[in-house]
Amino acid sequence: MAAHDATHHGHGHDHSHAHGEAYAVHVPTRVYYWNFAALMVLLVITLFAAYFDLGEWNLFIAMTIAVIKALLIVLFFMHLAYSTRLVRVFAGAALFWLIIMFVLTLGDYFARQAPSMPGH
Amino acid sequence: MSTTTAETQGLPDPMGIDLQPEIPREHYINTDYSWKSWLFTLDHKRIAILYLVSVTVMFFIGGFGAMIVRLNLLSPHGAIVSPQTYNRMFSMHGVVMVFFFLVPVIPAVLGNFLIPMMLGAKDLAFPQINLLSWYFYIVGALIGTTALTFGGVDTGWTFYAPLSTQFAYGNVAWTIVGAFLAGFSSILTGLNFIITTHRMRAPGLTWFRLPLFVWAHYAASLLQVLATPVLAITLLALLVERLFGVGIFDPKLGGDPVLMQHMFWFYSHPAVYIMILPGMGVISEIITCFSRKPIFGYKFVAFSSLAIAVISFVVWGHHMYMTSQSAFASIVFSFLTFLVAIPSAIKVFNWTATLYKGSIRLETPMLYCLGFIGLFTIGGMTGLHCAALATDLHLHDTYFIIAHFHYIMVGGQVLAFMAGLHFWWPKMTGRMYSEGWGRTAAVLLFIGFNLTFFPQFILGYEGMPRRYPTYAPEFQVLNVMSTAGASILAIAYALPFFYLIWSLKNGPIAGPNPWRATGLEWQTQSPPTTFNFDRIPVVVAGPYMYSPEADEILDAQMAVEVAQLELQRTKAVIAQHHAENEEAGRGV
Amino acid sequence: MASETVTAGQHAVAEHAADHPHGPAYLHHHFDDVEQQRECTSLGMWSFLATEIMMFGGLFFVYSLYRWLYPDAFHIGSHHLNITLGTGNTFVLLFSSLTMAMAVHFATENNPRMTVICLGLTWILGAAFIGIKAVEWTTDYREGLVPGLNWTYYNHEEGLRELANKPIGPQHVMMYFVIYFSMTGLHAIHMIIGLILVGVFMRYAAKGQFNGGNDQPVELMGLYWHFVDIVWVFLFPLLYLIAGFHPGGLGGGAP
Repeated sequence: MAAHDATHHGHGHDHSHAHGEAYAVHVPTRVYYWNFAALMVLLVITLFAAYFDLGEWNLFIAMTIAVIKALLIVLFFMHLAYSTRLVRVFAGAALFWLIIMFVLTLGDYFARQAPSMPGH
Repeated sequence: MSTTTAETQGLPDPMGIDLQPEIPREHYINTDYSWKSWLFTLDHKRIAILYLVSVTVMFFIGGFGAMIVRLNLLSPHGAIVSPQTYNRMFSMHGVVMVFFFLVPVIPAVLGNFLIPMMLGAKDLAFPQINLLSWYFYIVGALIGTTALTFGGVDTGWTFYAPLSTQFAYGNVAWTIVGAFLAGFSSILTGLNFIITTHRMRAPGLTWFRLPLFVWAHYAASLLQVLATPVLAITLLALLVERLFGVGIFDPKLGGDPVLMQHMFWFYSHPAVYIMILPGMGVISEIITCFSRKPIFGYKFVAFSSLAIAVISFVVWGHHMYMTSQSAFASIVFSFLTFLVAIPSAIKVFNWTATLYKGSIRLETPMLYCLGFIGLFTIGGMTGLHCAALATDLHLHDTYFIIAHFHYIMVGGQVLAFMAGLHFWWPKMTGRMYSEGWGRTAAVLLFIGFNLTFFPQFILGYEGMPRRYPTYAPEFQVLNVMSTAGASILAIAYALPFFYLIWSLKNGPIAGPNPWRATGLEWQTQSPPTTFNFDRIPVVVAGPYMYSPEADEILDAQMAVEVAQLELQRTKAVIAQHHAENEEAGRGV
Repeated sequence: MASETVTAGQHAVAEHAADHPHGPAYLHHHFDDVEQQRECTSLGMWSFLATEIMMFGGLFFVYSLYRWLYPDAFHIGSHHLNITLGTGNTFVLLFSSLTMAMAVHFATENNPRMTVICLGLTWILGAAFIGIKAVEWTTDYREGLVPGLNWTYYNHEEGLRELANKPIGPQHVMMYFVIYFSMTGLHAIHMIIGLILVGVFMRYAAKGQFNGGNDQPVELMGLYWHFVDIVWVFLFPLLYLIAGFHPGGLGGGAP
């Protein structure tokens, strides 16, 4: 490819100091406090739901609450809600790949009979 | 830049060809020769050289294992070693070649060296992580090879449970630790490449102006980052089971051995694409330069790298047709495996179309390149035989499988590495190797390789099982042929080792761009300085801008430069004569 | 993060003073500017977390499979865990995420004193987590519920009574405990690494290293810490709350 030597160094070399601050995410602390409060409430709900025997629904409810908690932590404590699109793509990609692994492997197991319990 | 260039003599030198090349005064090797400066370096080029030395050692160790295997197979009763030793030898060959050679070779050597330069950057995004990756690699490789040498493992490189967890003799645990550490090296390298490619491109270098080498490494890096951790947890689970006697994969304790295979192959299938994708990237660079043509279908080749990466994640079950994996899953995996052949085929078609009506030059890198295309095609097509459920029933665990993956791994990957090593050798070392020896080795490699592995397709088709130290007597002729081929292969591997090292001190000096290639890495001196570029380049056009017109201009300019040099030399000679005559005149 | 070790002769550009025209001292040479450095290191940490997701994901998969195969064994195994302590641990970790987020906040605000305090609180809470885990594990060991090290609970009548009339054997409950110890063990290793790093960061923060725009290392530390917390958020219901609360139930269970 054709390339010219630039007479300037790459962008940014003439910037003055200490301007990392300009890029830091400034989240008001009340967001953190409310987030924590929400997480506490969800923890109580998890325990409350576990108290009742709802059969298969227990797992579903517990996982739903866990997912919400995880989302709250990721979005607000880990600043994903304030991050660039590229960072969100990276975070989403990881989740997507995890799902692939689960879906395809579990698919195999669901499609065949579970190995019989030994001794029965 | 160089001290004596056409530029400094007042002559135009747009491609940096350099008619009277000298080794530049300062470059990344001679800034400091101390061992500390090498072992604690942060320069991606030095780290690449560290890797080059390490993987070469690993290659010869793995090759030793192969040598014992092939020698043993000269006789149907096992010619030279006991069955137990034979098991250890093929396991050693597999573990060393897969984990310590094939996975890192092109990314950690050529990728590390070239990617920052191809992007116009001073280094990768995380130089310290880069060095750390080498340390993980070297410690893992040392532990692994030591464990394999003293005690060994007899499980094959695939470590299937319950053999590996309960019944195998030897150093399974330590070998697993070695592979585990090498895996971290792979993850860190991939992480570095991804972020560097996203965020450290030179001004004007958009995604679709990137060399395909970078696209290929980007795709392979995605695999390295997302698949290798699953290997890590699988190896950890194997360790826990072996060391604590628990039963994650043990049927007696309620476990499922096929689970181990699922988890293992979830990594190990993408792993083979980690190996081949960078090789394909190398081919794209070389085939354009030596056809003097832009790549045919740039976007198709770029996207096919990504497609291969994505699809490769969902085909792992094709290694498990012969287990209790459900028929449903096997069908799905088989179908998806057929799909993954498509982007690979697209690349082969596009490379072939690049050759069409090109101005082809058959230097050593191009010979390896052409060999790659042919052998990879054969390997890829036989992959379809393996992917089809009905045929795999007969071919699984036979020599057909071995031949298939050696055609890809050796006929593909190793040839691509040789091609890239020769192509970028002048850039890395400032020296050219002997072209005569280079071509000889390339041809020998092609002949030796086919003689070694083509008979194995036939052997497998006729039913000879793999990983057996003995075989039925009717297979002997083909086995002997295969071993004979392996001897030729060994010579073909040894030759570059010698003539490349010899060229370091005695080869002709290369100058910045002996191949007249495009690409930012060729705009620097050979060898490059520590920080690659004096000034950050600005990119204004796409890659591979080769054309007959451009070459004509280069030829004309070169003729002008040669003439001007001649003129200067003649003037110097005349001046010399005058001086001598004056001296003589005064003396009289 | 920590400054590079540069050996003599490594750079053509030699050592430089704090006010080098290239940029602030924490700007590494190979980056063009601070913005690029921040973006790259942030993406780097997220990529690393992606690898952690895939690694833990493997273990979560093993859990899913065996829970699906042996639901009774998982019920029974889960009863042996102490929900009070598990809840305590969850609370402790969530609280530590708050203090960590505050530490990042104060680093951004150039307040080293509060940064150190918040990191210190995080450390104490993390150590409390490990302490509670140690209590749980030693209890399990004493009860004979640790596979490979002390698996004797089901040699006794009490254990066998648990399994009566159920289509499982002790080896299936052992599977649950193998998974329990593997998952919480891997998690604990990550916690301990986190504690070491937080300790190191406290020292750096006290020296004012994170002032003047260099707050990003603390943010990255925070990302790691929050991730380890998220893993626990999933581990707690999956390991502890399978059987719910059964007052007067089996083994050393819930309050």
